[in-house]
Amino acid sequence: MARTVIPFGPQHPVLPEPIHLSLVLEDEKVVEALPTLGYVHRGLEMLAVKRDYNQMIQIVERVCGICSMIHSLCYCQGIEEMMGLEAPRRARMLRVVWSELHRLHSHLLWLGLFADSFGFESLFMQLWKIRERVMDLNEATTGNRVIVSVNVVGGVRADLDEGQVRWIKDTLVEVEASIRSLQSTIMNDSTVCKRTKGIGVLTKQAAHDLGAAGPMLRGSGIAQDMRQLKYAGFDELAFEPVVETAGDCWARSAVRFREALQSIDLVRQALDKLEPGDLAVKAKGRPEGEVITRVEQPRGECLYYLKGNGSLFLERVRIRTPTFANIPPLAAILPGLDFADVPVVVLSIDPCISCTER
Amino acid sequence: MRMLPTVLANLFAKAATRNYPHFVRESFEHARGELVNDIKGCIFCGTCARKCPSQCLTVARGAAGDKTEGAWTLEFFACVGCGVCVDACPTRCLSQKATHRPVAVERAVITLTGRLPERPARKDNAAGKAADKTEA
Ligand code: SF4
Ligand code: SF4
Repeated sequence: MARTVIPFGPQHPVLPEPIHLSLVLEDEKVVEALPTLGYVHRGLEMLAVKRDYNQMIQIVERVCGICSMIHSLCYCQGIEEMMGLEAPRRARMLRVVWSELHRLHSHLLWLGLFADSFGFESLFMQLWKIRERVMDLNEATTGNRVIVSVNVVGGVRADLDEGQVRWIKDTLVEVEASIRSLQSTIMNDSTVCKRTKGIGVLTKQAAHDLGAAGPMLRGSGIAQDMRQLKYAGFDELAFEPVVETAGDCWARSAVRFREALQSIDLVRQALDKLEPGDLAVKAKGRPEGEVITRVEQPRGECLYYLKGNGSLFLERVRIRTPTFANIPPLAAILPGLDFADVPVVVLSIDPCISCTER
Repeated sequence: MRMLPTVLANLFAKAATRNYPHFVRESFEHARGELVNDIKGCIFCGTCARKCPSQCLTVARGAAGDKTEGAWTLEFFACVGCGVCVDACPTRCLSQKATHRPVAVERAVITLTGRLPERPARKDNAAGKAADKTEA
């Protein structure tokens, strides 16, 4: 049987972001998949030498549009560690609120795109309709819809008043009800199961060996979530990582579905624990030294390496995003699949290429 | 099939989308939109320009040869609406409206000019300068 090479991406109807895969096919079966990256490199890390460490907050937020808040959270957390600051309790709880709202809308976005990847348009639109409510929560409480810009070194810049807390809680009740009403569709619908169950299986061992991250890792049965590190306000919240064991596309979507509900629960817990207090401590001095800090993003573990030299400008910022970790597992699970399943499997890692390339 | 109840409910519900731009949703109260400067209150200190992460602000003192005049320039298409300048402004003359600027087809900047605040009394000034010199 002669082999054919099919270029998949960077422009493809199913791909929200540009990744290129050279798929080597034998008949309809994929025998090899070679990923190529580098279409949206923006050099954001390099900007650290031109913008001072406070301005970098708004820059790292732009690494990823979907989990912008969590990027700046990770960055601020690193700088705070370097400067020996601790954010006040209220700020840490508010960080949890906004970062979980981001996770919630990110997972709803992904579930929608995933439904779209196997042609389930009505589910896609329904999920995005729900997501819009969460975006409204972001916009009304912070001022911006997507890139919320609430973190500063030492705390947060925005606050929630009583009315907003009540409104968030009320809205989340409705959002939760509408997500739950789709549970049987996402988990048990025959169309969905046919396209996702047993497809693109990543075994527990392979997930560990290839260094998968986030829902990809937890979908394969490894209970690892950076929120277990208890950063921000997570030390006071009840939290258990969501785990599925099947390792296929269905398991990954089940993890994200359950995490969306878990995020709602975490937002509620954090709102209940809000107590009046300061929003930020004043940052004095300049960052000096080296720091590695990690947070859990919707797509998995995100790592920041920061190096300061006692001046206003950092010497080095290095960002390792979760999609980068998930590309080797993706390349490992594609061989052996039918060509028609490739879009579903590629989407199932929740690729965020612009944050991979920064 | 399991989606059917939702689909039917949607079929008989009113549309989830709006007929934009004929119908625009009202902005939220604290939405960060168009940046405006009440130039009468501006002292041209340049704090906003130093803090702005996208470097879209410039503040010049003594612009156009007039030592008593200052200019505040905003390249508003480069502004990302983060509100850092609003928080940093010492005189609170900067603010953000809840609505956005309309889209445009041409690049533009906004320049506002105003009078610099009165200098402190001569004597202090001269004393300050003398001190500077001795230090150097
Ligand atoms: S920070 Fe405020 S007072 Fe200072 S130059 Fe900017 S707008 Fe004017
Ligand atoms: S809102 Fe942000 S980007 Fe816009 S001028 Fe102010 S500091 Fe600069």
